Amino acid sequence: MTETTENYQLDQEEYIINMGPQHPSTHGVLRFEVSLKGEMVRNIRPHCGYIHRGIEKMCEKNTYQQIIHLTDRLDYLSAHSNNELVCLTVEEALEIEVPERVKYIRTIMAELNRIASHQLWWCSMGMDMGGLTCFFYGLRDREPILDIFEETCGGRLLLSYNCPGGVMYDLHPNFQKRVKDYIKYFRKKLPEYDALLSGNIIFLERTKGLGVLTLEDAISFGVTGPTGRASGFSCDIRKTQPYSAYSKVDFKEILYTEGDTFHRYKARIDEMWESMNIIEQLIDNIPEGDYAVKMKPIIKLPAGEYYKSVETARGELGLYLISDGNKSPYRFKLRSPNFINLGALASMVKDTKIADLVAISASLDLVIPDIDR
Amino acid sequence: MKSIIKYFADIFGGVRTLLVGMKITGKYFFSPGQIVTQQYPENRKKLVMFDRFKGELIMPHNENNEHKCTGCGICETNCPNGTIEVIPTRIETEDGKKKRILDTYVYRLGMCTFCALCVKTCPSEALAFGQDFEQAVFDRTQLTKILNKPGSTIMKGVE
Repeated sequence: MTETTENYQLDQEEYIINMGPQHPSTHGVLRFEVSLKGEMVRNIRPHCGYIHRGIEKMCEKNTYQQIIHLTDRLDYLSAHSNNELVCLTVEEALEIEVPERVKYIRTIMAELNRIASHQLWWCSMGMDMGGLTCFFYGLRDREPILDIFEETCGGRLLLSYNCPGGVMYDLHPNFQKRVKDYIKYFRKKLPEYDALLSGNIIFLERTKGLGVLTLEDAISFGVTGPTGRASGFSCDIRKTQPYSAYSKVDFKEILYTEGDTFHRYKARIDEMWESMNIIEQLIDNIPEGDYAVKMKPIIKLPAGEYYKSVETARGELGLYLISDGNKSPYRFKLRSPNFINLGALASMVKDTKIADLVAISASLDLVIPDIDR
Repeated sequence: MKSIIKYFADIFGGVRTLLVGMKITGKYFFSPGQIVTQQYPENRKKLVMFDRFKGELIMPHNENNEHKCTGCGICETNCPNGTIEVIPTRIETEDGKKKRILDTYVYRLGMCTFCALCVKTCPSEALAFGQDFEQAVFDRTQLTKILNKPGSTIMKGVE
């Protein structure tokens, strides 16, 4: 304790408690060192590293095909976007143009993954605020998406569906019908989410005006994703630097200016509607063609530095890759959205009650393995 | 007076939002036909997994106990975790040439991350994923499996 508190002067009535690393509402092994005065949070310092596996270092030992399955384990709820990032970087470095079909497949899969991720976030947000009903309703609607993934990719959570140059297998013949049925089903079910939680008086009282992140703070901390967009920071990579088939679809970037917990919640709910719009525009127009370009068995990137970013369910995931011309990267550095969003938490929770800390950290949608990597 | 009206309006408004939510939960409570839960251990006989589901790595054998593996070891070099170990042996064929064939194919399920690179890169399509997902055992040494069946030989025409 002494080495962590030496730079921080405690008031006479202030004391420190630990929240985590084993705490149900940190959704993993994250430890908050919370300084309290009575019930009010004075300061908070997150301690990371409890689930550090050295994925970036492991990637420097593996070939580019083998890296894909490791990136599944970063932010496991948006595994497809993580896979896609590595593939896009490799394809950009080798100047390979992937077939149109691959671009469409990747975009649809990424959006399905985003819906599934936001559903699980909605489950856990409701549960953290004390409503266990949400957990079962969210998981019920997430199950058909996982079935769609399982039928085409063979995996439910960790997909490993992308490979440099395309995707591993072609779409399953049932894919289009299943996705269309699902969109029809989920358009009916999403209003239930609003009735159960968004309009609930207890939920509204606990989230409105709480944990405000101003636009200035959001930009200076580099907060991205729905968290940043709830503060009015236009940071959607799908809009600003379109990749895959995003330049072909018409969708709205969800922006709010309030920046409180409730609008971070609202931004994610609205993103689910937008994701369904994107999928509906693409699902009927998947072009025929190859599902992958034939690649050499050993991929060697030309020596140089590469940076590419994609929009995962939580924000901008960036990959900075240095290649020295060998079959594995020289340096593999990730800009993970969760780590950077976590940095802004301390400015949000100042002078709120300790029970609200749970609500605010739930609204950030943190995935701990992505923070520690 | 205004504050009193607001006080009661807040109470009734709050109760109304709770009832909106309870209408939905009540609807599902009285229509159990919409329940999606699977009774897992009981429905084991009827449970069908998807074709591409990755349960475990298997080496399909035909009815004459023949497989397609040539023992080339491409899967071993492609595996990121060292899950696969191909132990080849050399035999002398009828025309006096020395040939490399598969002796033992060791698969360590406990180390496998199901990235499917082995199945994808196999030149003779000797590997596949099985549907069995109930892999719990009492001792981790049981997770090391030998995929080629005893006495099996290579299929004719596979080089």
